[in-house]
Amino acid sequence: MTFLEYAPAPESKAILKLKPEYGLFIDGKFISGHGKPFQTISPSTEDPIATISCANEQDVDVAVSAARRSYEHIWSRLNGAVRGKYLFRIARLIQERSRELAVAESWDNGKPIKESRDVDIPLVAAWFFYYAGWADKLDYAGLGADPQPFGVAAQVIPWNFPLLMLAWKIAPALAAGNTVVLKPAETTPLTALLFAEILEQADMPPGVVNIITGAGETGRLLVNHPDVNKVAFTGSTAVGREIARAVSGTHKKLTLELGGKGANIVFEDAPIDQAVEGIVNGIFFNQGHVCCAGSRLIVQESIHDDLIERLKSRLSTLRLGDPLDKNTDIGAINSPAQLERIKALSSAGEVEGATRWSADCVMPAKGFWFPPTIFTNVSTSHSVARDEIFGPVLSVLTFRTPAEAIAKANNTPYGLSAGIWTDKGSRILAVADELRAGVVWANTFNRFDPSSPFGGYKESGYGREGGRHGLLAYLKSGAPATFKRSEKQVPTSASPVKAIRRSRMTKRVV
Amino acid sequence: MSHMMIPKTYKLYINGTFVRSESGRSYQVFDKNHVFVANVAMASRKDARDAVVAARSAFSSWSGASAYNRGQVLYRIAEILEGRREQFIAEILQAEGGGRANAALQVNETIDTWVWYAGWADKYAQVAGNTNPVTGPYFNLSVTEPTGVVSVIAPKRPSLLGFASAVAPVLVSGNTVVVIASQPHPLPALSLSEVLATSDIPKGAVNILSGNPAEISPWLASHADINAIYLIGAGDLNWADLQASAAETLKRVVPPEADNDIASRSLERILAFTEIKTVWHTKSLS
Amino acid sequence: MSSREINIVTPKQDAAIAPRFNLILGDNPSTANLRRYLSGIPKVDAVGLEQRAAALSTRSIKSTSKLKSLDKIIELIDLTTLEGADTPGKIRSLAAKAIRPDPSDPSTPHVAAVCVYGDMVPYAVDSLRYFNKMRDGNSIKIAAVATAFPSGRASLNAKIVDTTEAVAAGADEIDMVIDRGAFLSGHFDQVFDQIASIKAACRRPDSTYACLKVILETGELNTYDNVREASWLAILAGADFIKTSTGKVSPAATLPMTLLMLEAVRDWYQLTGERIGVKPAGGIRNSKEAIRYLVTVAETVGEEWLQPHLFRFGASSLLNDVLLQRQKMKTGHYSGSNYVTID
Repeated sequence: MTFLEYAPAPESKAILKLKPEYGLFIDGKFISGHGKPFQTISPSTEDPIATISCANEQDVDVAVSAARRSYEHIWSRLNGAVRGKYLFRIARLIQERSRELAVAESWDNGKPIKESRDVDIPLVAAWFFYYAGWADKLDYAGLGADPQPFGVAAQVIPWNFPLLMLAWKIAPALAAGNTVVLKPAETTPLTALLFAEILEQADMPPGVVNIITGAGETGRLLVNHPDVNKVAFTGSTAVGREIARAVSGTHKKLTLELGGKGANIVFEDAPIDQAVEGIVNGIFFNQGHVCCAGSRLIVQESIHDDLIERLKSRLSTLRLGDPLDKNTDIGAINSPAQLERIKALSSAGEVEGATRWSADCVMPAKGFWFPPTIFTNVSTSHSVARDEIFGPVLSVLTFRTPAEAIAKANNTPYGLSAGIWTDKGSRILAVADELRAGVVWANTFNRFDPSSPFGGYKESGYGREGGRHGLLAYLKSGAPATFKRSEKQVPTSASPVKAIRRSRMTKRVV
Repeated sequence: MSHMMIPKTYKLYINGTFVRSESGRSYQVFDKNHVFVANVAMASRKDARDAVVAARSAFSSWSGASAYNRGQVLYRIAEILEGRREQFIAEILQAEGGGRANAALQVNETIDTWVWYAGWADKYAQVAGNTNPVTGPYFNLSVTEPTGVVSVIAPKRPSLLGFASAVAPVLVSGNTVVVIASQPHPLPALSLSEVLATSDIPKGAVNILSGNPAEISPWLASHADINAIYLIGAGDLNWADLQASAAETLKRVVPPEADNDIASRSLERILAFTEIKTVWHTKSLS
Repeated sequence: MSSREINIVTPKQDAAIAPRFNLILGDNPSTANLRRYLSGIPKVDAVGLEQRAAALSTRSIKSTSKLKSLDKIIELIDLTTLEGADTPGKIRSLAAKAIRPDPSDPSTPHVAAVCVYGDMVPYAVDSLRYFNKMRDGNSIKIAAVATAFPSGRASLNAKIVDTTEAVAAGADEIDMVIDRGAFLSGHFDQVFDQIASIKAACRRPDSTYACLKVILETGELNTYDNVREASWLAILAGADFIKTSTGKVSPAATLPMTLLMLEAVRDWYQLTGERIGVKPAGGIRNSKEAIRYLVTVAETVGEEWLQPHLFRFGASSLLNDVLLQRQKMKTGHYSGSNYVTID
């Protein structure tokens, strides 16, 4: 750029009215936690933002009790229409405070303001609007009449989309009639605490939503609390596995949204310039801190060189820097720990023989940064093709036939997302059928909508978020039998026929 | 002149063939009066491993069959059962007792269960799928797909109906299964394997192991190539450990069910072993 | 009479065109050959293209570079009048505005060109003669629309005559329209031959050529795939510029269409090292929108394209909005429509 210099964004932090310290939000009040408080910092400047309380075992217990009380005495007794109105209120308040929430999110998380402003926060509001409307229509959710909530939901969310993940968890839980104890990630608690203020503004009854902050131990205490009926977790597969182990034998209902190693398959007849955009959006959106990122580019050999050239030239126009700058395309890596992980996995890629290319970005002196990086000459056995990096690192593999593309795409323990780029409709549908992934984007990537279910196959987790299916993660069938079997009773033991109780036909089994 | 009985040796049903346990082991099955009935193969962990290999290789053909075809295949199982109902009544009666009427009712219910699920084959996806009205120029569709290879621990009793109630809903969507039959009353299930062998179900889609579930199930729960475990009949096993072991590869786990619920037929039982896949596609005239 | 028979010049005969075509396709610009080649060009996904254009629209530029951008926009404008009611007087007034867009501020640059109907060229030449003589090499160009603008519905001979006369009268640039009917009915050879013939008609006696801008009329070609194919077809046939629209059909220029055409010239540059110009025309009415085009050019083909021989805005009302913005930036307060001249 010689004369077209882009301006630093006017998005200033002046819009934020932050407190120097935040407590735990339990039973409608901010209270101090009994754990050791910690600081949340801005990953782009390393400046401290606020001091955050840490919930210990006692605090977790208080929060779960508040949620239980509120469930028994308030929330489960409200009719759906009233619950819905609370959610509508929240949606509106989020829209009204959207600028502030976007700035807070970008500051605390490091993501570019244009993403928090144009993607995260509008989706947060949309998510509450969508589930608000479900609250008085649960009979139509697909479980028969009068489905029931589970009770108290323990929810643990990650740092990559802090407020959006909160919305994905809280909106359906409340619409279904559950109460919630939610723990945001320790590096990004800010917007969850601002959300607690929004709950106060909305006059939400105390205890319906409780927000407790802390690190992994707080999360562990929460999901293991015996009075929790439902556990929902988004985060790494390693932690998801630990939670799945921990709830075994308890009858706690569990949904997990875990890691991924998404394949973005580009056929030679693809709309090439849009495919380049889709690849960029697939892996460099949110610095690649996206569980459904298209981190494996699987490209037809015949266009490999051309595509890589186009990609490199496109990446050279990406602007890395201050997340609050409206022109920033690539923000900061969320934490030093994550930066170390990205560096380590990238180094491993080089050692294993893949070819590394990074865009020529000027890195700010302070903060945590990693340039958009591509690995070519990658084979399926390389760690950069197998391990989730959760950063702006793309691994490129090639294929010759559609069958080979599908085989390579499915050759991973994960199964969250995949992309297909081709101009041929029949091939899109056939490939989409064959991919073992919960979300398949054809000629687009990384699109989200509250009405659209999201979630993984295989080690990417189970249960769905979004849409009607997302609601089912927070409901169980409450109806008596709707299916009448034959007149006679079914023996389930050798006891006389008449002694056997009729079994329910629509009982939920998960 | 009296006929001298030939006791039948029941084998495992793996990959469409009847095999002895690779371990060479068998165990004795007794009737309700503790009288010896037959020798039954006692599956080992290696038999379980072979069954998983068979189930995995059958997955693409069974899940790739048309829904209509899967419905036909399940219905065919009901038809063959109907033709052999006397044999099954006798086996149930011998194993479980409880009178002929109960045994006959169990066979009837088993047949009806296969028919009920057969009818779902080309309908459950319509009920459980959605088109989603997303914001933006996209076609967005959520469809159900089978989870993959599912291992089932069948209920001890009712020996035939429990087996069908556990296996049919898993099978109908295109999953392939490895089932551990009722340990004390395996004969109805093993006879059913003879029905399956003459039905049109692809080899390997259903694999039936007889033996000790406590011995075999941990190997299945920890097997990385299994996608889900159905603990319906595992109530008196240490199923929490099985669930914990299944967590290593994030298998879907459906916990044991109360006796009263074992013979339930439900859509949810089908959906518990399916995945929702959501496909987005751009829409434009230009 | 088939289109082949009325050809005056075939690409093979014309040194200005043959190299481009031969490089890519050998020496036979038949429809089959062209179709085969054009269909091999990657297709366009409309949703993705429009999203990219929308993303480029969110760039925000510094106020210091905004003033430079406004001047740049003026330097890239083809100030246009294409009315049935055009008169010599109207052309003189347009030329005066082209020379000195803002009489109150002599530092304002002049525009790139005036764009008029062919019969108005002599008046434009006349009005700009003195100014252009003083500005050797940095003159205001005279562009004439030709080839039965805007519909293009006339015989090839008439189109050639239209062009030849305008060039003879002193037009520096010819803005031709393609035969959209021929394109939409699949007669790619016909479109190709016409462009090539007009290119030949741009030849002056001294063997130089008037600059040929080929108007695709994107609003009538309708789909992005058509526009991408037409862009390549025009380039292969000898276009110096590809231009979106006549301004007489709605929609005229849009950012996604322009982005798409920029991608085509970028790919041509990658392939051959030759730079082709792009001219969005019609519908760009204010500075804010024009700046989005500058950003799109800079991020797609690079800033070196932001020169009058490689990028133009075809516009009439845009200039006054740019002048108002420019006054606001210089004086610090908002200006009004009576402080810029009507043209």
